[in-house]
Amino acid sequence: MPLDNTPQTKRNFSVVGTRPLRPDGIDKVTGRARFGADATAPGMLVGRILRSPHAHARIRKIDVSKAEKLAGVKAVVTREDFPDHTNGDGALYDVLYNIMAREKALYEGHAVAAVAAVNARVAREALKLIKIDYEILPHVTDVDEAMKPGAPVLHSTIFTDGVEPKPKKPSNIVRRYEFGHGDVEAGFKKADIIVKRSFKTEATHQGYIEPHACLANASPDGQAELWVCTQGHFMVRDTCARLLGWDISKLRVTASEIGGGFGGKTTVFIEPVALALSRKANRPVKVVMTREEVFKASGPTASTSVDVKIGVTKDGRITAADATLRYQGGAFAGSPVEFGAMSAFACYDLEHVRAIGYDVVANRPKQAAYRAPGAPMAAFAVESVIEEIAKKLGMAPIDFRIKNAAREGTHASYGPTYGPIGLLPTLEKAKQHPHFKAPLGPNQGRGMACGFWFNFGGQTCVSLNLNNDGTAALSVGTPDIGGSRASMCLMAAEELGIPYDKVRAIVADTSSLGYNDVTDGSRTTFATGMATILAARDAIKKLTARAAQIWGIPAEAVTWEKGHAKPAGSNAGNFPPMSLAEIAAQAGATGGPIAGHHEYSADGAGVSFATHICDAEVDPETGATKIVRYTVLQDAGKAVHPSYVEGQFQGGAVQGIGWALNEEYIYGKDGRLQNAGFLDYRIPVCSDLPMIDTVILEIPNPGHPYGVRGVGETSIVPPLAAIANAVSAAAGVRLTSLPMSPPKILAALDNRAAAE
Amino acid sequence: MSGIHVRTKINGDVVEYVCDADETLLDVLRNHLGLTGAKEGCSTGDCGACSVTFDGRLTCSCLVLGAEADGAEIGTIEGMAKGEQLHPLQRKFLEHAALQCGICTPGILVAAKALLEHNPKPTETEVRFGLAGNLCRCTGYDKIVRAVLDTAEEMRHSSHRRA
Repeated sequence: MPLDNTPQTKRNFSVVGTRPLRPDGIDKVTGRARFGADATAPGMLVGRILRSPHAHARIRKIDVSKAEKLAGVKAVVTREDFPDHTNGDGALYDVLYNIMAREKALYEGHAVAAVAAVNARVAREALKLIKIDYEILPHVTDVDEAMKPGAPVLHSTIFTDGVEPKPKKPSNIVRRYEFGHGDVEAGFKKADIIVKRSFKTEATHQGYIEPHACLANASPDGQAELWVCTQGHFMVRDTCARLLGWDISKLRVTASEIGGGFGGKTTVFIEPVALALSRKANRPVKVVMTREEVFKASGPTASTSVDVKIGVTKDGRITAADATLRYQGGAFAGSPVEFGAMSAFACYDLEHVRAIGYDVVANRPKQAAYRAPGAPMAAFAVESVIEEIAKKLGMAPIDFRIKNAAREGTHASYGPTYGPIGLLPTLEKAKQHPHFKAPLGPNQGRGMACGFWFNFGGQTCVSLNLNNDGTAALSVGTPDIGGSRASMCLMAAEELGIPYDKVRAIVADTSSLGYNDVTDGSRTTFATGMATILAARDAIKKLTARAAQIWGIPAEAVTWEKGHAKPAGSNAGNFPPMSLAEIAAQAGATGGPIAGHHEYSADGAGVSFATHICDAEVDPETGATKIVRYTVLQDAGKAVHPSYVEGQFQGGAVQGIGWALNEEYIYGKDGRLQNAGFLDYRIPVCSDLPMIDTVILEIPNPGHPYGVRGVGETSIVPPLAAIANAVSAAAGVRLTSLPMSPPKILAALDNRAAAE
Repeated sequence: MSGIHVRTKINGDVVEYVCDADETLLDVLRNHLGLTGAKEGCSTGDCGACSVTFDGRLTCSCLVLGAEADGAEIGTIEGMAKGEQLHPLQRKFLEHAALQCGICTPGILVAAKALLEHNPKPTETEVRFGLAGNLCRCTGYDKIVRAVLDTAEEMRHSSHRRA
């Protein structure tokens, strides 16, 4: 049974596209669902981590002798307990260095030691008894400062890659990237108007409400179990095993329910430490981060500095677009600047385009992915200039975007040529949307922006076991962050032709299923969904063969329709249709259990585009901004469970609202984070917001049998710019620095008044 | 540190426990009593994931000491459904897909129940301010607000029918 090669042909779905209740729902509304910190084990100890109070310091000596002697302390670990097993893998060495500092502490909050004790009080006391001799070093936290010659250098091993000649002196610039095509200088010569602006964004945190938590249970022989809230338990298993020098097969990792991730739970922080403590104590150890630790020592996103230059002809055609992006990603290589540079101009059809990116290190926690990593900041800069240039041309910004929008066949700025994409449909739908024509009140402004995200496929493995009563048990390996088990059940039910509630999906542990990449890149509904469909087709092949065996006809003479095996035609024989349940009931007598499987590296994740419209009201006296109306229009390819697609649209938009208006990492001169709590790092609360209207467009992805595209990340790409454009329109002055907090808006209003 | 003996009522049941003087009510619920429905998101009263009712009043259990619960009546998410019967808010949250990851859901349900008990006919703005102490990072609150408004309407109609 081949993949449907033409999903564009209207397919009539029976359950896909409906909105059933999620299978994990009752557990989650009754408090029964078990998240990371909710597990216990007999004899369990409490693990706590000691962290550097300094932004940059050499660790001369660590003395744990007093802590080890404290009654109730069962294990203490430091860098001595994490020998280097990374065999020259630089990225893995960075993870090793990040989970436990080695020669230097590279940011405030960097782990330097850990203890396991009989309770939290003893563990806290033990941390106070650990004496560390620090040599404090000069530090740098700002991206532009970190790039300057003479800035404090974090690593003596970083010599900028991607520049000729390769520098002989180490610096904080890890690598230079360049994407694009054509000749931007020639393009700018053809322009009638050129706009050039510089932008800054502050680091933000994913802000998941559940702090990192795990329960490790390791034995001295290397056998170990780990319960953990993560976006990818196979990643946790492989990374921990490699860091600790253990066999992968000996470590079994179970993913708990996960209380939000948004990319921040795609790596390890506390997990290898908990395992090391557990093995040393030979007892189970639970480690749970405090909120302060989450802010200081997990993986926020990059702060950025971006220059954009765009040239246009008088009739509104872009002749050239150029950007330079500088992202600091904390104390180690790997800021998301590559994705920023690749995505910056992805919404436009451009003859001459260039985006240059610099990956920069600074004395901050090592960044982790945050929803469409790198793209929102690039879109903020580019879409701000697009809006400004349209207004200079006297063109409606939406018409300017429509005129220059990428479409099928466009040579994308980051390399590929687009297949069928949904950007123009979102723009055209936006133009017709009532929001677009609604009148604005006093001090209000309207802005819009477009956004793009690549989406991802990745390694995936699922098992679908048919039970003898005709129900199905689906095992997937991608943690369910926002309702994906419901979507998987829908797709399995659709293929098998049985009701949705006859399929039960679980997230299997690492010893029960083959390897799966983490839940990231908006990949789960796409890749695990496709694997589920293909596993169901594999099961159907076996079901039809069993029916053929029962009927005594060739397997090819049996087809599958609406949950039943049927003779393919009158020549095949005259047998009444046999249901899945009837075939499954006879499995024992016809060859044994019936199961479908699929293992692959999923390809063909369709790119995704969105257009957002925002109305903002700026109080000229206080500089405070209120979002009064917000609409998201996005291409989902095919919405499997539309309620959860809408939820992704709304959640991404609101995280963007927080990023644009309130959220920022604030560092003191001492390099310490000054707002490591939800009171001072203020994420949007219910009373800050309006309803978030959504429009789902469905331009099928040819790479998926139902046309599904990932939807989770694109929704955070346009908001920073859409809000900046709305605020700039309301304030009558262009805002170029995020967050647009009241002091910044007041300063901009004062500058405007002074200029007038 | 010597323990403090506490006798309290949780979800209508008499409960006795011994806790340290520095343990919060949240610590006691989660670590001594196995009631892990209340979550620790911040331990500073900013996120509302640990919301309970304390003598009928909506409270962050991370801001109350376990010892203070002596003689009090505590309500947690575990007491919201009556047997198989979900509370209308629980049912509506599922119908409206008002949760994604679900970590904030217990606290939001406790807060929403307290809101509707005080104000059975809230406006959208009143719902938004009533839930402003409960952070949700997944949903953008849209479907949560809709679920609460829909529950309020259903509860008004059903109490009207009963009356």
